[in-house]
Formats: sequence, C-alpha cells, structure tokens
Amino acid sequence: MTPGIIWALAQKELRDALHNRWFLLYTLAFIGLALALSYMSLAGAGIAGFAGFGRTAASLINLVLLIIPLMALTIGAQSLAHEQEQGTLAYLLAQPVTRVEVFSGKYLGLALSLLASLGLGFGIAGVVLALANGAGSPAAYVSLVLRTFLLSLTMLSVGFLISAFTRRAGVAIGIGLFLWLAFVFLGDLGLMGTAITLRLPVEQLLWLSLLNPLQVFKMAAILDINATLDLLGPAGIYAMQEYGAQLRSLFLALTAAWIVTPALAAYVRFHLRGDL
Amino acid sequence: MIEFTDLTKCYGKFTAVDHLTLHIPARQAVALWGVNGAGKTTVIKCLLGLLHFDGRITVDGRDVQRQGRAARQRIGYVPQELAFYKEMTTYDMAAFYARLKSVTADRIEAALAEVGLSEHLDKPVGALSGGMKQRLALGLALLADPPVLVMDEPTSNLDTAARSQLLQLLVRVKQAGKTILFTSHRIEEIEALADEVAVMERGQLQFRCSAAGLASRLGLRTQVKFILPGHQLDHALAVLQREGLAARRNGVGVIVEVAPGEKARPIHTLRRADIEVIDFEVE
Repeated sequence: MTPGIIWALAQKELRDALHNRWFLLYTLAFIGLALALSYMSLAGAGIAGFAGFGRTAASLINLVLLIIPLMALTIGAQSLAHEQEQGTLAYLLAQPVTRVEVFSGKYLGLALSLLASLGLGFGIAGVVLALANGAGSPAAYVSLVLRTFLLSLTMLSVGFLISAFTRRAGVAIGIGLFLWLAFVFLGDLGLMGTAITLRLPVEQLLWLSLLNPLQVFKMAAILDINATLDLLGPAGIYAMQEYGAQLRSLFLALTAAWIVTPALAAYVRFHLRGDL
Repeated sequence: MIEFTDLTKCYGKFTAVDHLTLHIPARQAVALWGVNGAGKTTVIKCLLGLLHFDGRITVDGRDVQRQGRAARQRIGYVPQELAFYKEMTTYDMAAFYARLKSVTADRIEAALAEVGLSEHLDKPVGALSGGMKQRLALGLALLADPPVLVMDEPTSNLDTAARSQLLQLLVRVKQAGKTILFTSHRIEEIEALADEVAVMERGQLQFRCSAAGLASRLGLRTQVKFILPGHQLDHALAVLQREGLAARRNGVGVIVEVAPGEKARPIHTLRRADIEVIDFEVE
C-alpha cells in the first residue's frame, strides 16, 4: 500500500462530498434541527431560550439516530456502485493502483467528509449554545460528537458493503434506505413485538437490542449523559447490574465490530470481483 | 514486451477469449481486429487486471495477476468510452492521475501540451468536446511516459476531423518508440498505425498478418463516393464499369467499391475520360 495514493484518493472523495448538494443539505438540516431542538428542549419546563450542553446532548440523541445513519448509509452505498455505473471505477483500477488502495482511499475520504459535516453541525450548534447559555458541562456534548462519529462509521461500513454487492447507485441507495428504516424503526418495533409475544427474558432482550448498532449508540450516549441506563427500563437495569463498569468497553467493542466487519466484508467482495 | 499465454476468459458458459497466445514485441504496434463480440475488449480488460482469467499475461516480464501494479505502471490506457469525473477541470484531472502514477507536477502541463490541450486547462472535463476528451485520455495515458500504450477503439466515438487529429498524435507516439496494442474496426486506422494485425473471431486468434495485407486477406472493400456533374453521370458510370470497377449510381454521383489500396484507381479512370470530379468521400 502506498499512503500517497490512498491520500490522493481520499482527498478527491472529500472534495466530491463537500460539493455534493445532498451532503450539504444533510449538514444544514442537522445544524437547523440541532439548534431548534436545543431551543425547544426547555419549552416543556416553561422556560424560553437555549438549553445547556447536557440537556441539548440528550435531546440530540434522537436527532442523531435519525439523520446520521441516513446520511452515512446513502453516501457509503453510492461509493463504489456510482463509480462502477459511471465507468470511472474501471478506469481508476486500470491505473497503477491496487484495490486495497482504492477501497481505503474512498473509505478514508468519506469518513473525513462525515467528520467534517458532523464537526460543522455540532460545532455551529455548540458555538450558539456557548454564546446563548453556557450552562452545564460540555463534556457530555463532546462525548456525543465522538460517539456520533463512530456511529456514522458503522453506517458508512454497512453502506460500503451494500455498494460492493450492487452495480447501480439507485439500487444501492434503495437498499440503504430499507436498511435505515430497519435499523431506525423496524428494529425497535420488531424487538418490542418479539419481546411481548415471546415473553423474552431480559438478558435476551438486551442482547437482541445490542445487535442493532443504533441501539448500541443510544445506550452508550445515555450512559455518558446519565451515568446509568435505568431510564431504559428492565433491560437497562439488567445491563447496569450485570456489566456495570464494563458497559462502556462493551459498547465500544460492539461499535468497533460494526465498523470493521462490514468494511472488511465489503473489501473482500470488492477484491474478489472480477467483472469490472 | 506483452505476452499472452493461453489466455482464457469465460463468463459462465460463454467463452469470451479461448486459449489466446500472442506475443507483442517491444516498439511494435499491433491491432486486434474482429467483429463485435470477437473478444478484443475482453483481452484488453484482462491485460489491465480488470477481469479474472485463466492463463498468463506479462508486461515487460511483470505478471498482470501477481504484479498488477508493476505491470500497469508500464501501461498507458486509452479506453473506448471515456469515463471521467466531469466536474473536474482538465488540469485537476491530470493532476489527480499524476499523483496516482507518482508523476511530478511539472510533467502535467507538458503532457497536456503534447496533446494540444494547453488552452483548456481550466475547462471542466464535462465541457470538452469528444475529440478533446479523447486527447485528454491520451495525455493521461502518456503522463508517466510508459513504454506500452493500450487503446480500446480509441477513435470509435469521434467525428472525421477529431479522428484524423488523434490519429496524427498516435502516429507521433508510435514514432517515439512505444509498444502499442489497440483494438479497432477501422481499416484506415489500422493502416496508419499498426505494424501487424491479430485477427480474432469468437474469442480465438484466427491469424496474424501485416496491416497492409489485412484488407486483401479479409476481402475488405472501401466505398468511394464521387460527386460529378449531372450530365456526365451516365458516361462516368459506363467508363468505370468498362474499367472493371464495381460502380453504381447514387443521387448526384456514383459509388465505387474498391480494395483499400486502390482508392486512387477510379479517380485516374475518371480523369482519363475527362470527367470532372467535383468532390469525393471515402468510407
């Protein structure tokens, strides 16, 4: 592997993403909604104005769960499929580059563009919060930013996996949207339904939840802000009692597995493809 | 320089290339000739490592499957249909590929100047004409000054003027001593560029011959359309047919079918009979 080639490819991806209107739209929507959520989170308590960092971080968890997976899944799903459809991938691979360099460069570039987008979104919202109401510790807010970046990487990896198995960008985006729905809505609803119907023991319910990277993110983010998962009900209480101090490491390991496994599977598929 | 040994490529049950063995010596220009589906493009894709295949291909001794990067470092590639990042400028595009080929920045402008694109450096690639895009592809292929140039139907999407311009460039590249492998179905392109032709049919190498001998070997005919004064049409037709040429009327002129090396024969025949040739076109 030649780092210079990977960096050249990453820079191109980063540049393309920052010129992509959908990408900008997601970022702007995130900034707008983050500010709106922060402003409204105190309205229930009869106070007008921006909430502090801690309360805003809590409000942002659900917003992050909706927007960031959608953004990362769609750009990941387009990554290889769009270039294959356009014919640029074959031309790129006809150059003195290896497939691992092309894959790594694309992944790195899109990861950096996600980081830039999140930095912009959280950064602007953070500056406004600091100026409007500096109350609370920014630590919870910073921790949420980091966890959100890791979440975006899990979805980027899943997007790459979709892209490695499809030839058309439209199909890849369609599958990405379906998976987004499955992760965000169907996963929750399906789990609730299964738990009620089958009267699942609480430990099984917890582990089934942890199969969904979005649930892992939610639990980890709540733990950062609240220092306990009690508000998640029996599964949360069980997790605290059973794993206690090891929960953070468990969440990190699961997130890492969700980043590495689909990305690795996507690379293997891309490497073995002999029909470009 | 390029060695294909027992190259076989199957798509399911369909054999696109069937046990092809072909040697292309250094500084030779070899054309792959064949109808659509003969396997020419598949051969090129295998050479570039874009397809998995059975058999062996080496470029300057480097195995395409085991030393892919080293093999491709020796190849400049001009595709049939250009797939560029349209929003990039000509210069940025060249700079991007220069980095992938580890070429220093000072070579970029020189390479673009060689293909006549110096005045279009800031133009988005999407705004370039078909001919310019193909010249850009040639410029990118030559960025690292590789010993081998591989082209897949390089002029197939170009109009006559752009085709002629590109051919002139390619002849210069050939004279510079590059080894060239290209696919084409245009006899004039092969005559202008190739030293030798490898004729393929259904994935197999049928025979090899000189570029000059291809037309007669395949029994190919060239059509020459003559535009003549209306009152001389019948006379011209009779004169051409009397000379043994396959001529027929066509609106304002006549069409004559000749062997590729005999295009001047009907012109001489018409001049000898004092028939004015207003214009002519070769197809």
